Amino acid sequence: MPKSDERDVTIVLAGQAGQGIQTIGSILTMVLKKSGYQVFSTKEYMSRIRGGSNSTLIRVGHERVVANVGRIDILVLLDDGAIDHLASRISPETLIIGEKENLQTSYEIVDVPFTGIAKKSGGKIYANTVAIAALFGALEGEFRVLEEYLTDYFQKKGETVVSGNLEAARQGHRTGGELRSSGKITFHLEKNPKTANEILISGGDAVALGAISGGCRFISSYPMSPATAVLTFMAGQDSRFGIVVEQAEDEIAAVNMAIGAWYAGGRAMVTTSGGGFALMGEGISLAGVTESPLVVHVGQRPGPATGMATRTEQADLDLVLYAGHGEFPRIIYAPGRIEEAFKLTHRAFDMADKYQIPVFVLTDQYFIDSHYCVPDLDTGTAVTENHTVQTLADYKRYAFTDDGISPRGIPGFGDGLVCMDSHEHTEDGHITEEIELRNRMMEKRMGKMGLIAHDSIPPTLIGPEQYRVLVLCWGSNYHIVAEAVALLKKDDIAVLHFSQVFPLPPEISDYLEKADKTILVENNYAGQFERLVRTYAGIAVGHSIRQYDGRPFCSEALAKKILPILPPP
Amino acid sequence: MKGNRFDMEHIEIAWCPGCGNFPILEALKETFESLKLDPVDLVVVSGIWQGGKTSQYLKCNMFNGLHGRSIPLATAVKAANPRLTVVAQGGDGDMYGEGGNHLIHAIRRNPDITVIVHNNMVYGLTKGQASPTSIRGFTTRIQVHGVTSEPFNPLAVGISLNASFVARTFAGDRAETSRILTAAIKHKGFSLVDIFQSCVTFNKVNTYQWFKNHIHPIPESHDSSDRMKALELAFMTEKFPVGVLYVNEDRPTFEENLPAYDSSDEPLYNREVDREKLQQVIDGMR
Repeated sequence: MPKSDERDVTIVLAGQAGQGIQTIGSILTMVLKKSGYQVFSTKEYMSRIRGGSNSTLIRVGHERVVANVGRIDILVLLDDGAIDHLASRISPETLIIGEKENLQTSYEIVDVPFTGIAKKSGGKIYANTVAIAALFGALEGEFRVLEEYLTDYFQKKGETVVSGNLEAARQGHRTGGELRSSGKITFHLEKNPKTANEILISGGDAVALGAISGGCRFISSYPMSPATAVLTFMAGQDSRFGIVVEQAEDEIAAVNMAIGAWYAGGRAMVTTSGGGFALMGEGISLAGVTESPLVVHVGQRPGPATGMATRTEQADLDLVLYAGHGEFPRIIYAPGRIEEAFKLTHRAFDMADKYQIPVFVLTDQYFIDSHYCVPDLDTGTAVTENHTVQTLADYKRYAFTDDGISPRGIPGFGDGLVCMDSHEHTEDGHITEEIELRNRMMEKRMGKMGLIAHDSIPPTLIGPEQYRVLVLCWGSNYHIVAEAVALLKKDDIAVLHFSQVFPLPPEISDYLEKADKTILVENNYAGQFERLVRTYAGIAVGHSIRQYDGRPFCSEALAKKILPILPPP
Repeated sequence: MKGNRFDMEHIEIAWCPGCGNFPILEALKETFESLKLDPVDLVVVSGIWQGGKTSQYLKCNMFNGLHGRSIPLATAVKAANPRLTVVAQGGDGDMYGEGGNHLIHAIRRNPDITVIVHNNMVYGLTKGQASPTSIRGFTTRIQVHGVTSEPFNPLAVGISLNASFVARTFAGDRAETSRILTAAIKHKGFSLVDIFQSCVTFNKVNTYQWFKNHIHPIPESHDSSDRMKALELAFMTEKFPVGVLYVNEDRPTFEENLPAYDSSDEPLYNREVDREKLQQVIDGMR
């Protein structure tokens, strides 16, 4: 058990698929947050509906907690199969709680009979509520908060269900209190009333909300873990915001639909993972040559092929960078913070519209499935820039202009005709093979990269401006790397995080030049971002720390990997 | 074609003399004109095949997309702006081979689009391979021993999936082709029109004369709302019936089913993001 002056407590709920771990996790984090605790949760799960072993990590603190850790302070075991799975993270300090009757293990277990207590409250079905309440009580949560939340949560299921759950919660909460009074749990965390009103949100939700904020009116996708979360969220909002949500028959249909929607004036996106994205290559190329805006969310998971469907990796950067035959401009964002995912997804729509290119938002399972508290999401000042023009009778879709961007008309809006062609084409969008036109059109399209380079998002420096060692990372590793470096307690290491990975922001050279040592952390085998940095900035990073086991880094373990690389003081 | 607003002047047409695409192009222009469509509100989405060049020779909005992928694109165009008239054009390889899956699911969705398939039983653009509708025994440089697979039967597929309008016509009969195209475009829902045509350069078997000998008009007495009878007609592959086989007026369209059009019939481009509602959704996560 962590001592009373520890900053945060980690709880891991572990058991089989189908035992309700995710429900316990989502309710518990919400009521903890409403009590004034900062919470972070992430889940790791197997690709199955029943059985196996899944776990949810919940970090609870007074201060903001936002990163994955390996350490387990309290392990709540719903199934003993999970023990082997988590063995490397269990220490002598770990308090293991579970229903002794159902568990067979040599580890010492503090008995909390969830189903026993549930039965007394009206039925086995309330076991999860007992678990939630016990933990909540052990963490000094006020019963009133839990009561209010559960009443609202189960309201639709009728009075009996509500009162059954409340009774189970009462019993569970009392049991949790007993864990404290018996001295098994002694730590104390301060509550912060401001935290109670923060937003508890996942990376996937942030992408979806960002899309809505960015004017997304059309999403066509084929379900694929972990990216389906975005499709599901949008589906729940389709009536409210007037969004067309369509499950396509395959990923090729999905990407072509999105391009069709943009053509007719609707801002569109697709959400998919590596394997689904691989099918969209020709469609991406179509967007490139027709200068169609397009937004693609790729939620990465381990490959190759089916890989590990429910785990995490950062190994599709190369795929997203090079997908689509031929040459055409693109932008790739890789948000590292949940607030950033909201902003960048919105921005993706504006940039796609402005430059008439495909824009990618690259996340991964860890990011999509992580939740933490955010004070606010900036919706008030977020304005959707609309670049569509009303056409005149002599309109030419690909008219040559000074900056290479042709005003984009849409059919039925104005007096002109809007013609787009997947072939090389003339200014008015018809097929051509003429040498001069081909050259000019290639230069027009590729010339946009120059403009885009000036519309970059600079990397974020975390830590001292006068650094000797610079740790680089991208995408979902923002918080984990920041925490790992903070754990080292040195004053000369900084972290440089890239939320725009292509085009590479020009500032990178200045940052790297100042460092004596550079370390790049990423979740893939070959060092894909490292290679991108070498290709596009001409800089070779000094050291790499790579992981490709389908799990996110843990901040403590990562700190241990960074330590031996550091120069002597 | 004088006075036809869909006529493109001063163009060089890339088809072989005698190609069935010529009469189809003229029938299309006639049809669009007789329906009094405005070129500005008409979108022709084409795939890649010789007939795909049809969209190059029409004066209207046009999206010449990827081989086999015009149907999903057309579906989305219509969904984004239901006020547009949307036609998807493809060849037999484009629509029934590469795009077969999209055909099936578009029939399930029932978007209000018209799918016109130029069916010449060969791949002309790539210089003479068999297509999904090639007859058994048809030899090419790839199908050296003659096609052995069962020809794809688009009309039977359409009818069995309850497509809301299924018809076949022959490019050689321009008046009839115009009549059917008019009915297809007018029809509210997914319309499939399979047009037999001959490829004079790469298909020396299924010539103009061959088609003439292997088609017969659907009798006037045929009740096009009778699905079983329509299926029987579709299964006749010795002498193919031409005309309208099946019409189902009862299926709501894809666009009608979309919640996005529940409280507004504005096309998607003409809507603002409701930031207050967005803030409410976000506040609901506190």
